[in-house]
Amino acid sequence: MIRIERRLVQPKWLSVAVPVGSLLAAFVLMGIVLLFTHHPPLHTFDRLLRAAFGSEQALNDSLVSATPLIFTGLCAAVAFRMQLFNIGGEGQLYAGAILGAAAGIALGDHTSWLSVPAMIVAGAVGGAALALVPAVLRAYFSTNEIITSLMLNYVGALVVTYLIFDSESYWRDTSSPTAKVFPQGKPLPDAASWPVSHVGSLVIPFGLLLGIVIATFVWLLYGRTRFGFEVQVIGDSQRAAAYAGMRTRRKILAVMALSGAIAGIGGASQDGDFRHTLDPRGLTAAAYGYTGIVIAALARYNPFAVCLVAFLLGGLQNAGFTLQGADFPSGLVGVLQGLILFCALGGELLIRYRLRFVRTPRASEAEAPA
Amino acid sequence: MNNSVLVVVLASAVTYGTPLLYAALGELLTERSGVLNLGVEGMMLVGAVMGFWGVQQTGSLWLAVLIAAIAGSAMALIHAFLVVTLRANQIVSGLALTIFAGALGLSSYLGNDLNLADQPARHNFAPFLPKSWQNAEIVGPIFFKQSSLVYLSWVLVALVALYLNRTRLGLNVRAVGESPESADAMGINVAAYRYAHTLVGGAFAGVGGACFSLWITPQWVDGLTAGAGWIAIALVIFAFWRPTLCLVGAYFFGAYSGIPFAFQARGILTGIPPELFQSLPYLATIFVLVLVSSAGARRHLGAPAALGTPYVREER
Repeated sequence: MIRIERRLVQPKWLSVAVPVGSLLAAFVLMGIVLLFTHHPPLHTFDRLLRAAFGSEQALNDSLVSATPLIFTGLCAAVAFRMQLFNIGGEGQLYAGAILGAAAGIALGDHTSWLSVPAMIVAGAVGGAALALVPAVLRAYFSTNEIITSLMLNYVGALVVTYLIFDSESYWRDTSSPTAKVFPQGKPLPDAASWPVSHVGSLVIPFGLLLGIVIATFVWLLYGRTRFGFEVQVIGDSQRAAAYAGMRTRRKILAVMALSGAIAGIGGASQDGDFRHTLDPRGLTAAAYGYTGIVIAALARYNPFAVCLVAFLLGGLQNAGFTLQGADFPSGLVGVLQGLILFCALGGELLIRYRLRFVRTPRASEAEAPA
Repeated sequence: MNNSVLVVVLASAVTYGTPLLYAALGELLTERSGVLNLGVEGMMLVGAVMGFWGVQQTGSLWLAVLIAAIAGSAMALIHAFLVVTLRANQIVSGLALTIFAGALGLSSYLGNDLNLADQPARHNFAPFLPKSWQNAEIVGPIFFKQSSLVYLSWVLVALVALYLNRTRLGLNVRAVGESPESADAMGINVAAYRYAHTLVGGAFAGVGGACFSLWITPQWVDGLTAGAGWIAIALVIFAFWRPTLCLVGAYFFGAYSGIPFAFQARGILTGIPPELFQSLPYLATIFVLVLVSSAGARRHLGAPAALGTPYVREER
């Protein structure tokens, strides 16, 4: 018989071993799904990993996919750490992309020294503003933030579609007759293009570096400040926090605003780093926000682990896009991400509890010592 | 009269409310046993895709509904295993289920792999009552020009209400949801009840998804349910965990989903952007949630006390 006992001390090595084990277990389960649907598992994984990390081009594309995921992963990690389930990262990213693009267009083609910081700030403001809606509702009306933040994802997608496809908004390109028939966003001026750096043959987008800087900031904030300490206490025990006189409401507002701002900067990075226009189809097709949740859970809310996991899952997402076709169904990467998350959750049990294999004592044996 | 906007909107409220009603009834049963399952959207989508596959394969609508129900509970089984047996966080596990099964996950994978997109349905649920009933003034389009799935949902509302309030088993379920410690002391198997009701909840969600693919749409496209699963979760809160109020609430939310289609089809208010109408159900959900969840009201209004918490006998 297996007995599950709570661990008194959680060994350090487990918090690395369990996520790695979860990843491997997810691949095994995925292999079973593939077998059932008549796809050769090893061949499929080989193609998947090759398309993700197998060449220079693949690595560069994976870095591109990883960039928004660092932001949405941090967005989820920051909020989930306080048991505040902001799943509106998706919508907050759109909001950041909208305001970021507006800042980029408005400042014209003068200097990147002005345009780039302005886009970052505008993106942060957009994401934070949208995140504050569920935050205020949660703090002052105890409305479930999961549902409200999720509903705003759908609204956000409709707004960004409206701006380009169903209106002659500030963001839409109306300069040529073809642009009127085939709606598309206004191209951003060159000054609004974020710089890239090169490491060997790798092209590092500015957003990626910015994401790592923000991860460092979050790590310092949560690990080294009173604010972060209070957030963790509230996350672990609401009641203890209340007895200690911590102001939960303010923390809800602050943490959600921070979480939304990070996702919003991710949206601005989409404009500045990659798309150079407000691109509703591209933004809504990728589901960066939802993947961010998987990343945060697998990283166990550790900001540096988020960056690493974002690179891994970004690679898989990139490979999924590259390989999409008849023999490589589109949902495959989503299924794999779901399985990774399930395994990570199951693995939590191993971190918090210990499995002991004990023999069930027979009635006679149990009585014997007496 | 039957062409007036009000009748058209009310008729579409019943139509679009029905999938919400199935999913919400299922979630209500699950939550009453103390398990929060946020994977409704994913279970609905897998139900929708498997139901559509079922009708294409077997040609039988009711067999397809059964397949959808089984597919939905198969998804729910994953959640039950994680949260009941492995004591995982119910919120994260539900989110995981939606990501795993949802619009970019298993439902899309199956839809692609089984080549279901862009196929016309072989059969779909259609109004079947006598034409004279269907054409009756006002009540005809609203109540009689509907598919049998609507009438089945009414039966299920009555059955669930009776089950929870008038049977021994229902009393046990409520005990498990309110105070698993006491239920355990009474000799009720908490884990078994939670497993069973999570599975039944999944089956209901699967049927709710099949309402789209076998009747309303009737075809398969990725992300067919467009957030209906989440609205259903909000609906359970709106209904204060009572089955009969679910019925009212489902049609209320259904009206918001129906309005854009009804208005667009009749060319009303064409100056207003379609996105505004399309965002109505989501905004209405937020608005109603705020109204019903003001501080302190929750406990009195029927939320199971043990909702969302794992039960561990050794740690009570």
